[in-house]
Parts: sequence; structure tokens; C-alpha cells
Amino acid sequence: MSIKIDVDMTKCQHYGQCCFEAPTVFELDADGKLNVLTHEVDEDMREAVEAAADVCPMQAITLTDI
Amino acid sequence: MTTVVIVGAGLGGLRAAESLRANGFVGEITVIGDEPHMPYNRPPLSKEALKSGLDMSTLEFRRKASVADVTWQLGSAVVACDLSARTITLADGSIVGFDALVAASGIRPRDFNIPGPRNGRHFLRAAADAHALREQLVPGARIVILGSGFIGCEVAATARQLGCEVDIVTLDPVPMYRPLGTILGAGMQAHHEEHGVRFHFGRSITEFTGHDRVTGAVLDDDSSLEADVVLEAVGSVPNTQWLAGNNIDLSDGILTDSSLRVVGSPAPFVAVGDVARYENALFPGVARRIEHWNLPTDTGKRAGATLATLLTGGQPDQTPFAPMPSFWSDQYHCKVQSFGLPGIADEIVIVGGEPSGECVAEYRRDGALVGVIGINSTSALVPYRTALMAG
Repeated sequence: MSIKIDVDMTKCQHYGQCCFEAPTVFELDADGKLNVLTHEVDEDMREAVEAAADVCPMQAITLTDI
Repeated sequence: MTTVVIVGAGLGGLRAAESLRANGFVGEITVIGDEPHMPYNRPPLSKEALKSGLDMSTLEFRRKASVADVTWQLGSAVVACDLSARTITLADGSIVGFDALVAASGIRPRDFNIPGPRNGRHFLRAAADAHALREQLVPGARIVILGSGFIGCEVAATARQLGCEVDIVTLDPVPMYRPLGTILGAGMQAHHEEHGVRFHFGRSITEFTGHDRVTGAVLDDDSSLEADVVLEAVGSVPNTQWLAGNNIDLSDGILTDSSLRVVGSPAPFVAVGDVARYENALFPGVARRIEHWNLPTDTGKRAGATLATLLTGGQPDQTPFAPMPSFWSDQYHCKVQSFGLPGIADEIVIVGGEPSGECVAEYRRDGALVGVIGINSTSALVPYRTALMAG
């Protein structure tokens, strides 16, 4: 099973908390804007991307099993 | 079947339930909350939800599938607990038994019981509080805010955006004095004053005037302010009264060990979130209660693991607990963000920018980095967080 990652950019305030939990998926660019590096990860990344979704102050990250 | 009762249906209670399941606990979980809502996100209550209206469906946290079988007993306040008998008592007098307990009961706004009419005076903690306050924040309304912490300042910014007149009365010399210190506090003061907020520093309110409803506030220099609405936002008090009489340390929240296990409890018992006081290995030597948004998640995860282990007869993980405290605040176009514990610093050094614009400040104690705060400088904080994590 894979996990689909959606970030609601109308909610995202670019706090970057997700980047610390899943640095291979989320990064802040030099201007402080969030980049989502991949929108789909394998099961072995579940703990990291769930942690990233949990710590988002705006609750902008949605994960879906696909 | 083994039953875990979680007292408190906020973020910490939710994360503890999810963690119990993630760590293999298959017994019953009942979460008891005094508000009528499923766990929801509180920070918007002083910002966008206060400005644009409360939609509980967007404020509610998404819950993991693993907690679909949890029983949510909402609108029920817990008034007492007997840790030896393993029971809690609800406000309606009913008694609920448990095998293990989680305290996620949070905090409430401090009430100084200032004399004067109650009608028109507000506190802000719950969705219902935000709903009631929002109805009063009409264009032209005069709001007096007691306290210049995050909630007072965020409501001030929101109220100005809604067209209200805003006066802030505070004993402190600058807004957000304790977390930010003098330099960044003065920088934020300039933003607020540019937007028309009036500060009354070094002052307290001795009484509120009015008959059926508040019409003004009298300050301790005998000056007075007219008010259509008042927000009292001077700190908070941990909700521990329901645990009185159990011979555990409730001197400032609930004292736990580094696995979040409550010290001295005869029953398996952990505490999470704003109500828990524990030693953070990143800032050792002192057990602290920290009211930052990210910590209910960190403590909930750890406490759930601890309890799941205890209930299978195991010994909880004794690895030092070292979550990174972090806060943020949005006021006007300013994004204030922090890592570490800037409030314990004895030296503040601006390392880039201007306090009234974009800037980064290092917070040091005995020469060592203990925190960092940025205003509109998120990316610049990343290496500081890494350094703080490394200790």
C-alpha cells in the first residue's frame, strides 16, 4: 500500500513543522515557502508522514491510503 | 476487558488514545470531555475563527482510523478521582471505574475575580468563549483587554481588523514580555501601535464599572477606560482540582517522570499536554509545565506508549524525554515563531534584521543557546532548531 499526500495550500502558513518530521517529503525553500517534494510515499514512510500531519499547526496535510 | 479512561477531549487526549492503539492496546478507551465537541484546534479561536466565524467541522482534528472504536463521553465534567479505588466521579454524580488513567484536562484562564459586573466580560479558551466574544466584536466596539500575552495580543490584532477600538492593560513593560523579552516585545509593540492599539503598561484593573453590564474599567492609577466589551487574558491555571486528595504533587500541574507516569500514583496513570509537569532532557534539572501547541502531541505519544507497556506488565521506556518546545503567533502580517525555551534566557542577541521588521534573536542562558525566535524568518530558524536538538 502507498500513501497519498495532499497539502491544502489555502491553509498552509509555511511554519515548516512538517519538514522536521519528514524531510524527504517536505522542505522550506530559501524564501520560507513550503515545497512538497513527493505526493506519494511507500508504507515504510507512514510513521514519518503521519507525524508530519500531526504537527501541522494549520492541520493542512491530508493522508490517504491508495 | 481492560479499560483506560482519558480525562480531557482535547488534542492531548486524542493523541494519547491514538498512541495507546499504535502501541498495541486493544482494551476499551473512554475519553471524557467537559465541552460538547470532539477534539478541535484551539489556536484559530483568537485569530481566523474569531475574525471569520467558527466552523467546528474545519476546527476538529482528523482522527486516525485506529480510534474509531473509542467511546467519547462529551459534555461531562470530571469532578473527583480516587486513584486507589480506580474511580472517577462526574458532575452528575455518576461514578466510572478504570484500570488505567490519562490526565489530559488542560488549563483554564486565570480569573482574578475583579469586582464589578460580569456581563460583557469574557475569557478565551473554548469554542463557546470565542463564539460569545465574536458576537461583541462589531465595528466601533471598544474592547479593553487585560493582559498582553499571546491571547491578548492576537485578539487585539483580530479586533482591530474587525474595526474595534482596542486598549490593552498590562503589568508588563512590553507585550509578550515573558516569552519574547524586551527587544522583540518592543518590536511587536510598534506593530500594534501602528495598527492603532493603545497600551497601558505597568497597570492593572482594580474594578469594572457598570450596572447590568460592564461599561468601563478603573486602573490602579485611578484613570479609567470606557468599554463595551472586556477580555481577561492574564495567564492560565492547570485543571487539577479533580485530582485533589490523592497525595500526588499538584503544585503546578501534575508531576510526572520522564515517561509521563504520574509520580506517586497507586494506579497506572499518565499525564499529557498543558497539565503535565515533567523534566525535558533538552533543558534538564527542572520539571516544567509548558503550554505550547506541539507538546500535547509529543507527550500524548510518549504517554500512550508508557501506559500500553504498563498494562502488559512491562517497564516503560526510560529513554530521556526531549521534545522540542515550539510556539508561533500570527498578528497582522507578523509571523512570530520560536523553538526552545526563550523564556528562561538571561541574554538576548539580535543576530539578523530589525525587531520591528523581519528578525532573528538568539536566547542564551549562561552563554548557551536555549531558544530562538524569528519574526517573519521561518527558514532562518531551521539551523537553530537543529542546534537546540543537539543540546
